[in-house]
Amino acid sequence: MSAIAYKTIGIGVTFSPNLEANINEAARLALFFEAKLVLIHVGEPSDKKSNTFLSFLNPFESEGLEFEVIFQSGDPVDVILTSTVEKNIDLLIIGALKKENFLKYYLGSIARKITRKANCSVLLLINPSKERAPCNHIVVNGLKDPKTEETVTTAFFVGHKLGAKKITVVEEVDQDEVSVKVDDDKSLRRSTIVKERLRLREETRVKKILKTIPADYTEDIVIKSQPIFGKRGYSIGHYAQVARADLLVMNAPAKMTFWDRLFPHDIEHILTELPTDVLIVQ
Amino acid sequence: MKTKESTFVGFIKALPKNIFSGLVVSLIALPLGLGLAMASEAPPIAGVITAIVGGILVSILGGSFVTISGPGNGLVGVVLIAITTLGLTATYAAIICSGILLVILGFLRLGKLADYFPSSAIQGMLAAIGLIILGKQFHIMLGNKIVQDSGIDYLLEIPNTLVTVANFQDEGLIYAAVAGVMSLAIMVFYSKVRNKYLQLIPAPMWIVIVSVGFSYYYELVLKLPNPISGDYMIPAIPNIQEIVTDIPSPNFEMVGTLSFWSSVIALTLIASIESLLSIKAVDKLDVFKRRSNVNKDIKALGLATVVSGFLGGLNVVTVIARSSVNVNNGGSNRSSNLFHALFLVVFIVLFSTELTRIPLSALMAILVYTGYKLASPNIVRQIFTIGKEQLIIFFATLFVTLKVGLISGIVAGLIATFIIHVVITRSVSLFVKNILKPNVLMFKEEDGSYFLSVKHFCSFLNFNILKNSLEAIPEQNDVIIDFSLCGFVDHSVMESVHDYQELFHKKGGNIGVIGLDILGTKSEHPFALRRLLPLQKIIPDNKTKRQNSLELVASDFELSYSAEKTTKSGFLEDFIYFKTKKIKHLFNQLSVKKGPYRLFDITYSEGEFIAKEVVRSTMLYIKTSKDIPVFTLDREGLLERFYALAGYKDIAIDNHTDFSKRFYLRGENSKGIKTLFTDELVRFFESNAYYHIESSKDGVLIYSKERVASIKEIKALLDFGIRLNAIINKV
Repeated sequence: MSAIAYKTIGIGVTFSPNLEANINEAARLALFFEAKLVLIHVGEPSDKKSNTFLSFLNPFESEGLEFEVIFQSGDPVDVILTSTVEKNIDLLIIGALKKENFLKYYLGSIARKITRKANCSVLLLINPSKERAPCNHIVVNGLKDPKTEETVTTAFFVGHKLGAKKITVVEEVDQDEVSVKVDDDKSLRRSTIVKERLRLREETRVKKILKTIPADYTEDIVIKSQPIFGKRGYSIGHYAQVARADLLVMNAPAKMTFWDRLFPHDIEHILTELPTDVLIVQ
Repeated sequence: MKTKESTFVGFIKALPKNIFSGLVVSLIALPLGLGLAMASEAPPIAGVITAIVGGILVSILGGSFVTISGPGNGLVGVVLIAITTLGLTATYAAIICSGILLVILGFLRLGKLADYFPSSAIQGMLAAIGLIILGKQFHIMLGNKIVQDSGIDYLLEIPNTLVTVANFQDEGLIYAAVAGVMSLAIMVFYSKVRNKYLQLIPAPMWIVIVSVGFSYYYELVLKLPNPISGDYMIPAIPNIQEIVTDIPSPNFEMVGTLSFWSSVIALTLIASIESLLSIKAVDKLDVFKRRSNVNKDIKALGLATVVSGFLGGLNVVTVIARSSVNVNNGGSNRSSNLFHALFLVVFIVLFSTELTRIPLSALMAILVYTGYKLASPNIVRQIFTIGKEQLIIFFATLFVTLKVGLISGIVAGLIATFIIHVVITRSVSLFVKNILKPNVLMFKEEDGSYFLSVKHFCSFLNFNILKNSLEAIPEQNDVIIDFSLCGFVDHSVMESVHDYQELFHKKGGNIGVIGLDILGTKSEHPFALRRLLPLQKIIPDNKTKRQNSLELVASDFELSYSAEKTTKSGFLEDFIYFKTKKIKHLFNQLSVKKGPYRLFDITYSEGEFIAKEVVRSTMLYIKTSKDIPVFTLDREGLLERFYALAGYKDIAIDNHTDFSKRFYLRGENSKGIKTLFTDELVRFFESNAYYHIESSKDGVLIYSKERVASIKEIKALLDFGIRLNAIINKV
């Protein structure tokens, strides 16, 4: 397992009421990960803008934050995506919007496009704040997927860096895998047995992954493994919400076709109803 | 896991009881079958054919255990319209097609069609069917046959009929009307009289027996012709040879027309809804708490409907009243359904000519009662207590069904429900955006209990998702349903969840509902306060004379008295007596904290629908200090000797032949019972008044009559119980 590190963290910034909170969050994370922070602003450079950014970043500079501000006009999606490549950004931070009157969060259309196309890991923040909110509980997917191992390791890396107390690995078992349909007592018994078997299978798989994680990442962290039966990609978000997780770590989707968006599944569900902060590991 | 052999032995052992139960059910099925067929304007024998075909095929192929199948009352309205618009032979074709549709539904696992309809709309539809039946048959019951266009017109004619009947001159018609009214009286008062000999024969059969007896009395004793007008007697019933030779051939010529298919769809819809509701209700009564395979049952019902249609019968559905009679008479597996069919064959072979002695008006009284039960004011009152908006849905469905038709009615109910939901939540997008989302998350918590969290909204539109999750949980488990992320939960869901709570409770599990506010909650906090489903609690403000006396009795016996109604009746569930009965509540309790005695008035019901009897009784429960074998002790009578033939065994206590002769004692563990019944205990029973005594593992239940006891009786009961407890503790 190669050591995971976020060397350069990027954030797209616009002048919104959330600006200060967004910058604060990004700067804090950069400090935690000992990474360089890149602010990307889509638009013409001006002194006034630079000064605003600098004034927000100032407090962090004294703590040793290394940063860079990029001004470039053009299509926001293109600008941010090309900048991530040019600057070697390996973690991109995107702030979500909050629905009026509802405690529900969603991504704007630009943010959604960027999330789909980005080649680096993406962190979606639902509730950026000026003060630091502790990250206690991380939920990570334990899907049967080649990327999962890295995702789980990343979750532990992040958890270690942010001082998380608990990490739950969620194995989503698709309802279709439980091949027995429940009709009566007999089929119910059979389906319960099949489910139990699937649960054990998933648990051993997750345990295997957990063994590969460097020991210092797992220190002081309570590890829980939770199989859930439900729709892939959707149920994990629901679980994160119920379990009051502070961060949900997920695999990046394999590939997006037009159909995936029309019949949303996996990550698309999460994008429409952000349950909590979400880290998508590329 | 049971071996094959032991299940076979168990089956053989249960056979006599099932034959007996099949007989009792056939007694009610015969008059109902004739009546339902005639109410649908089909030949009377069609109803009996339906029951026979249904009983034979569904008992062999079905997936439920104690249900009875046959012609259903819900279908009367649909078949009636089909026959008037399509004609009889084309209706047979429509019945066959609906049978095929049902089989397809079963294979597509869509047997639970009724789950997709809001419950108030279904109630409204059933009430409309009830009114259609009642409206039409009321006139025939009173000897005043009329022809009208729609269901509403028949209802509006009722006052006119009453006036006409009051002015009857023709003696034949007067006798017909009297027969009708008397039969209705039998139906109404039958359930009020608790007498074991009377109750052995179902009310509809009493009507048959009385009217056939009346006819013979005139013929043999008075040597006079039957005074009831010939128009109001059942038309000739073909004998068995005629039935076989005269099988009508279904007419498929109208298969291309719209009216044909709307009939087919209505038949299918109502058949599946009626069957599903019945299966659900009967499963709750099953002593062995088995789970019915609904889709398998629907397939079997569909196939039976096809065969029935070809043989000149109607749609085969699962029927609630007959099924509950089956359960109450000890039916324990599908063989009772088969025997009910076989007994019907025997009746038709032996007595088909006797059946023409039944007055039509008497038979229609059964249907008037059935119709009334479907549309009774109680249902309206019940819906009103749930909410005014439910009443709107109910009446919208009811009126559209009566005025336009069944399919339009149910569609109107659906639309009305949806509009009301939108108005209440003030949001269309809540429903439109989230309807396709898999909104239920289920996982097993570390302590082994299941946690279900429901998001967005939960109503009749997407209840099937929650339902499927609940179905996949073995009922012995603890379940928590969390609605705190839900913006809206509708009445149909609440009702179904409550049903599941009952089911889980019966099988040893538990469902807790949390995060629920009556109006729905917008809170996103997952650990909101736990809140139980609302229970109607009625506390009487001023006590009756009996209640005041009860308070005095309580202080005499050093017990405390509470008049409040409570549904905490878990301690009664282990008693055999309550296995097939539904306890509503206990009230007027005399008890003492942690003491062994508990005396209470209890309200429970037995049977369902027209066979439903609500009983109030006074009972004494004693918690014994040690485990005792399960037994029931009764006074021995004619009926008990008869039961013995049907496989209920009487345990004889050695050296006490007099006791064995006078008392009827039964239980599984005869060795344990014999050690419990010492000389002292036997002498105690011999020298005291008779009580019905039953034991569960650690409790004894004593009562004398199936009615509320007087103060004097209560004192005697308490005294008896205290002395009995003392002796049992000595053993």
